[in-house]
Amino acid sequence: MALTTAETSSALALDFGPAVALSCRECGARYDLGPSFACAECFGPLEIAYEFPKVTREQIAAGPTNIWRYRSLLPVPVDVTAKPNMAPGWTKLVKADNLARELGLRSLHVKDDSGNPTHSFKDRVVAIAVEAARNFGFHTLSCSSTGNLAGAVTAAAARAGLDACVFIPADLEQAKIVMASVYGGRLVGIDGTYDDVNRFCSELIGDELGDKWGFVNVNLRPYYAEGSKTLAYEIAEQLGWRIPDQIVIPVASGSQLTKIDKGFKELIALGLVEEKPYKIFAAQAEGCSPVSAAYKAGHDVIRPVRPDTIAKSLAIGNPADGPYVLDIARRTGGAVEDVTDSEIVEAIRLLARTEGIFAETAGGVTVGVLRKLAAEGRLDPDAETVVLNTGDGLKTLDAVADQARPTAVIRPSLDAFRTAFA
Amino acid sequence: MTVSVRIPTILRTYTNGSAEVSGQGATLREVLQKLDADFPGIGARILDETGKIRRFVNVYVGEEDVRFADNLDTATPDGVQISIIPAVAGG
Repeated sequence: MALTTAETSSALALDFGPAVALSCRECGARYDLGPSFACAECFGPLEIAYEFPKVTREQIAAGPTNIWRYRSLLPVPVDVTAKPNMAPGWTKLVKADNLARELGLRSLHVKDDSGNPTHSFKDRVVAIAVEAARNFGFHTLSCSSTGNLAGAVTAAAARAGLDACVFIPADLEQAKIVMASVYGGRLVGIDGTYDDVNRFCSELIGDELGDKWGFVNVNLRPYYAEGSKTLAYEIAEQLGWRIPDQIVIPVASGSQLTKIDKGFKELIALGLVEEKPYKIFAAQAEGCSPVSAAYKAGHDVIRPVRPDTIAKSLAIGNPADGPYVLDIARRTGGAVEDVTDSEIVEAIRLLARTEGIFAETAGGVTVGVLRKLAAEGRLDPDAETVVLNTGDGLKTLDAVADQARPTAVIRPSLDAFRTAFA
Repeated sequence: MTVSVRIPTILRTYTNGSAEVSGQGATLREVLQKLDADFPGIGARILDETGKIRRFVNVYVGEEDVRFADNLDTATPDGVQISIIPAVAGG
């Protein structure tokens, strides 16, 4: 029999809206809602189980233009909009005809999550985690981060009036370090990879030093991860309540991809969209491609790697949800593919040149993989396709800085201009 | 070889709440066998039915993830710290 957190739950009078329990994705063991993330039986990841009310398209459409329009499908209290939070989401779904033409696709959209308050999709997941932290009475918000998350956490903590202490690999991009520290709180650089940082946080959580801390992607991970479902909800709603035929999603830990799949399945189960097949394609950087390597080798376990790529936001060598990414890519008829650092840079420039969207390196990974799959005939060119951009190019300027330069530097005279461009 | 073993929160019910216990063995396999003898049942939480480390458990000997080393045959030198950590964190 599984241990429960019943005492914690009753003492705190928790309000998680439609969420009713934590459930182990591996063995199905159920637990009361609490700040736990791993199954006591098998160490499998805990997920939120729901009893959804009747939800209609009209109710959703009448909601705010942020993720809270879907609050009846998320583990948050019904009055979530009344509390100070970053109100992320409802980012643009850009019809990308120029890029589609270039790649030989009929219908392509870019879900551009650089439009979130701290310029990455992480604001979505953190917003849910903040509500969980409030529910559990935590005073400090924390995380292990490859960069984007650290900024999302310190910003959200500032707005919510919580303390923040976040941990990153010390060698991150300058812009991500600045963004993570400017909102206040403590930013701690760790000498090591993201996986080292993650391990450190997992140990800190069991120590009195981390008492009353909500680590958004550790002890609050079941709640946090649900925020990625809103990407699926928004894409479907913005397409006119239709699930796309094909979607390309970046993979770091694999949590986002797993939850987008969960979001699509929920929309079908709730009757909000028509049931139809869809293919999920997972994108990694070659320099950190443990899931892609396992996919290509036909394995169902992931062998961890030591990351070496410019796509630092995806540089997780030991991805927690990697096995589920393999399951989903295979179940839906998609694939897992990777691209080199130079292909990532080319793809960043391609997206910018064709659609006016400046993606961070993770967006270069998805667009690069999209291009590769299209060129190799592994995407249906006539199918409705969506590709994710999860962050802003301003955060990873170094990736393209040596290629994106002034065309010429001239004196302010017509003659000089004529000479330079004749 | 005497080593120390850090126990994750969800396994501390087996160790009477202790976050760190001492262990013995020349390899990780031996350390885990002794651990299970000292705290009956804890071994089956860390290893699956086939005797392998569960896929959602990470084990470190010192700084090294044992999946980068020799898994259960990883040597455990005297005084080293072993950490058992849930793998489902991060991202």
